[in-house]
Amino acid sequence: MAEVKDIEIKDTGGSAAQAISAASQSEELSDLQGEKLTLNMGPSHPSTHGVLRIVLELDGEVITKADPDVGYLHRGDEKIAENMTYTQFIPYTDRLDYLAPLANNVAYSLAVEKLMGIDQALPPRCQYIRVICCELARISAHLLGLGAFAMDVGAMTVFLHTFTEREKIYNLIESLTGARFTTTYTRIGGLARDLPPNWVEECERFLEGVLVNFDETERLLTRNKIFVDRTKDVGVLPLEVAIDYGVTGPNLRASGSNHDLRKTHPYLVYDQLEFDVPVGSVGDCYDRYLVRIEEMRQSVKMIRQCFKDLPDGPISIPDGKTVLPPKEKVLTSMEELIHQFILVTQGVDAPKGQIYFGAENPKGELGFFINSKGGGSPHRLKIRAPSFVNLSALPYLLKGSMMSDTVAILGSIDFVMGESDR
Amino acid sequence: MSKAAERLSSKLKKAFSKEIGSPETFRGEVTLPLLDSTRITEICAHAKHELGYDYLVDISSVDHYGEDPRFEVVYELYGYEHLCYLRLATRIAEADAEVPTVTSVWKTADWHEREIYDMMGIRFTGHPDLRRILMWEGYPYYPLRKDFPLAGKATELPEVAFSKEAPLEGGPFVTTPGSGSRQHGEPRSKSVSS
Repeated sequence: MAEVKDIEIKDTGGSAAQAISAASQSEELSDLQGEKLTLNMGPSHPSTHGVLRIVLELDGEVITKADPDVGYLHRGDEKIAENMTYTQFIPYTDRLDYLAPLANNVAYSLAVEKLMGIDQALPPRCQYIRVICCELARISAHLLGLGAFAMDVGAMTVFLHTFTEREKIYNLIESLTGARFTTTYTRIGGLARDLPPNWVEECERFLEGVLVNFDETERLLTRNKIFVDRTKDVGVLPLEVAIDYGVTGPNLRASGSNHDLRKTHPYLVYDQLEFDVPVGSVGDCYDRYLVRIEEMRQSVKMIRQCFKDLPDGPISIPDGKTVLPPKEKVLTSMEELIHQFILVTQGVDAPKGQIYFGAENPKGELGFFINSKGGGSPHRLKIRAPSFVNLSALPYLLKGSMMSDTVAILGSIDFVMGESDR
Repeated sequence: MSKAAERLSSKLKKAFSKEIGSPETFRGEVTLPLLDSTRITEICAHAKHELGYDYLVDISSVDHYGEDPRFEVVYELYGYEHLCYLRLATRIAEADAEVPTVTSVWKTADWHEREIYDMMGIRFTGHPDLRRILMWEGYPYYPLRKDFPLAGKATELPEVAFSKEAPLEGGPFVTTPGSGSRQHGEPRSKSVSS
């Protein structure tokens, strides 16, 4: 009977034909909208900086859903930690955020020292050197983060510029720790070795050069129309959303919070240093870039203050029950030999209890939760990895943005999969 | 700082006097034991909305293998206004290893809870998307439990990589933890061939 009705409508002439064609058009349109494309990005993709896989659901060029898939670099670090002494785990912390191993060493050692109640007893020279290490690591990590970010959005030169400076940092780290990448520099209650001769002067020379490099990087990017167009108002993370997702570090500060653990819960000698905390206003990719650039300048400022105030004295707590005694004494005196033997075989004697310690690392708050049942190895060591938590905001950030903005957003978040997957 | 934390924790305890045990302080950190794990969502929502703990730092889990309530779930809270930490810890038995989710309170709980489910096998009731996160989908074990060996377990999935035990059981340089005799815990007491 429907055919009869059609004939009746024909009376009104052209408008009916229009209505029919409009109906078929909207049907076609809804057909197109209904068909979503699922795109697999990674785990091996240049802009995922490692092995992150994201399953994107696309409607045309717009991302309607993003599902990050982490865990490709899972090595079971937390399980490994339960099976060795506290000191033996320090090399594994190098491999968390492998762009800032020194900062991880410091954060982990401070966590164990907090558990043992000796974090206030660290000698001043040790604290100053640790701050220098942390800030050098921050500069190195941000240089890489910014270089890779700029390269992702199409500015290749910046990457080469920042990598030249990173190379110099690696040279400094090599002469300080003996290794360029896997530093393992701290010990529970101290440091592995003191600053080598002339290291301070070399580092000061480097700081002068790196400040010039920051200016060059800024000249290449800050007012670069292509870079600004690709990052401004892209991937906006409002402050309340950032807090809800537990985002920390430069990403949180770009959204407008001035929270910095170095200011609010100062550890080491951060309370004696003068520095500013850069804060963004919009929380887009561009703000995250600006915050990182300024953080590096503040790091340079802090290192210079440390050099100025660097005291003399021991670099480790003079307690044979926590820190290994000097080698020459081990071979000549009985007590040190016993201490060495016990420390190497059983480790430090930590009390029972639970502690959490969070440090402001380049990527955000790196936290260690230690559940101790006494003895030389942790009963449970939970690593609160900033990259892992920052990545959990990806579904929010990517939803509704254009496909081509994915690389800009990923680059601006600046994550490390070694830390995220542990 | 720690005084303010204690004041806030006593406020929370007053609001839920039946569910919360006596607070413990260790190294300046306050831990509130939750006696009734089924009301964790309510308590967390109160802590967030009334007491200003707007940032969930971390959720950890501990396997107290051999003790009666075997698992412990630990919530680390922080407030950006008052800058105080607070730790909530709840013990759950192995038989029904289930805790209500707090994803409705903090979105960041999503991945933390997925990780605990993946590593420890504790289920979070009401979680919107409780899948494995670090291990692959379909992996049959919970590797962070204490009864899971360090060398790993062979799985029944022949096509999946890494389903065999690690070649050096326990690792040649790994000190065995525990309160047993140190002679057996030392790396040198291990035979690599076994």
